[in-house]
Amino acid sequence: MPEPLLSLRGVKTNIGRYHILHGVEFDVAEGGLTMLLGRNGAGKTTTLRTIMGLWRAAEGEIRFAGRDIARMATPDIARLGIAYVPESMAIFADLTVQENLILAARSGPPDPKRLDWIFARFEALKRFWNLPAGNLSGGQKQMLAVARAIIEPRRLLLIDEPTKGLAPAIIANMIAAFRELKDGESTLLVVEQNFTFARQLGDQVAVMDDGKVAHTGTMAAFAADAGLQQHLLGLGMGEHQ
Amino acid sequence: MLRALLSDDLPRSRWLAVVLLVILVGLAAAPFLFPGAKSLNVAAKICVFIVLAASFDLLLGYTGIVSFAHTMFFGIGAYGVAIALTRLGAGWDSVALGVLGGLAVAVVLAVLIGLFSLRLRTIFFAMITLAVASAVLILASQLSDITGGEDGLNYRLPMALRASFRPFEGITGRILDYYLVFLVSLALVLVLLRMVNSPFGSVLMAIRENPFRAEAIGYRTVVYRTLASCIAAATAALAGALLALWSSQTNPDTTLSFDIMVDILLMVVIGGMGTMYGAVIGAVLLVLAQNYLQALVGDRWLLWLGVAFILCVYFFPTGIVGRLRRR
Repeated sequence: MPEPLLSLRGVKTNIGRYHILHGVEFDVAEGGLTMLLGRNGAGKTTTLRTIMGLWRAAEGEIRFAGRDIARMATPDIARLGIAYVPESMAIFADLTVQENLILAARSGPPDPKRLDWIFARFEALKRFWNLPAGNLSGGQKQMLAVARAIIEPRRLLLIDEPTKGLAPAIIANMIAAFRELKDGESTLLVVEQNFTFARQLGDQVAVMDDGKVAHTGTMAAFAADAGLQQHLLGLGMGEHQ
Repeated sequence: MLRALLSDDLPRSRWLAVVLLVILVGLAAAPFLFPGAKSLNVAAKICVFIVLAASFDLLLGYTGIVSFAHTMFFGIGAYGVAIALTRLGAGWDSVALGVLGGLAVAVVLAVLIGLFSLRLRTIFFAMITLAVASAVLILASQLSDITGGEDGLNYRLPMALRASFRPFEGITGRILDYYLVFLVSLALVLVLLRMVNSPFGSVLMAIRENPFRAEAIGYRTVVYRTLASCIAAATAALAGALLALWSSQTNPDTTLSFDIMVDILLMVVIGGMGTMYGAVIGAVLLVLAQNYLQALVGDRWLLWLGVAFILCVYFFPTGIVGRLRRR
């Protein structure tokens, strides 16, 4: 069996005196898209932030491409080829759209072909190229945050609730973009509340509950098991949409 | 050509362009437009303070670093030249050695302060810079054998910069000295403008806005902040060296005092933080007010200066440049 691209073993994270993660364990295989699901407060965002080094793991092991990254600094983790899109439309508001993207293209000027590919999916970014990113709408900011993560090829994309507050048309573009990415160069680990979106895109699923991973498996099997969804997510499939 | 010179950072406001042009022409032709020792002194001080405020803007406006040690670097640059000219004689080799020595000390101190304290929260970093600057001010006053103590140092400038030097009819060494200050200041401001409009400047602004996001993209924020501190410190030291070359005397009051720190903070805030042009306008306004307001409004000029600044901050919260660009 091939070694997973990302592997978490017994990861515990504390924020102040609160114990948020209680020994998270799951693998993300190279290629494809793994959905990280769970109720609010289950620890999904903390898991992504811990992988990225933004919260330090108190215990446990996080291996990426065979290297233990649990004690590495965030910039070094990013330089290994991991990009992170936080849920809060994390753009740099004072910089223009262009500057935001150039900033993320660390290895040099952005590849024009790749820019065209991004513009084809997120047309607004081309239209507002020279506008300060703070002037964009919420959906456009989210597009920019995703575009920033994919402006250069990355091995692993960590994306936190990409569809939050987005219009259906933009979600459709995002689905198309993620599909091309997972079929091509990148592996994706996506936290999502929108189950319709998650079911369409996910190959694998890890469901968190109370700071631990309570279930892992294929998305197809999870989507077909209404009882398991009810048990782990607390809602029927219809209510997730 | 102009676009390239300004690193594509055009004024983006007709009024701002006019104001900047007036300042540029006024300073470029100051010896001929405003004859007299006082006006030339004011023009030279404006040039020096434009550089000092612009370098502080790189720290505060572009990187979000609150430092109270900026005048310390200014003083180190000034004392570098002053000590070299006093000890080694009034030659250009002394000037070069003094400038290089001041730059080296300023950069080493900036690296040390940066690496040890830029990981701390803003307020703690500010307190550390305040403590270091106070220590240097006291040292400069106490080490009278080297610095001349409270009285400072008086020294002779190289021959070509002395008032008695007259290479052509109507041109004195003093005018040459002024153009040395003006041209070096102009070059330094253009270099800073290029820097803040480069990818390096974008990283600094990203760090100012959200250091965690910048780290998540792969930028080591401490390294970039320390680099910005070093560049600002080196530029402030060069401004200090220019002042030393202009005034032929250096003492703690004119180079290291906290009054100067407050002045450059006001220049940047009033002109508009994170704009570079704001530092230019702020420096011009403040130096002019300090030198001519007393003649206009009498002994209570400081009170009126305070009122003017309060009104300025109230009506132009984004600074004069921010206001002009929004029109």
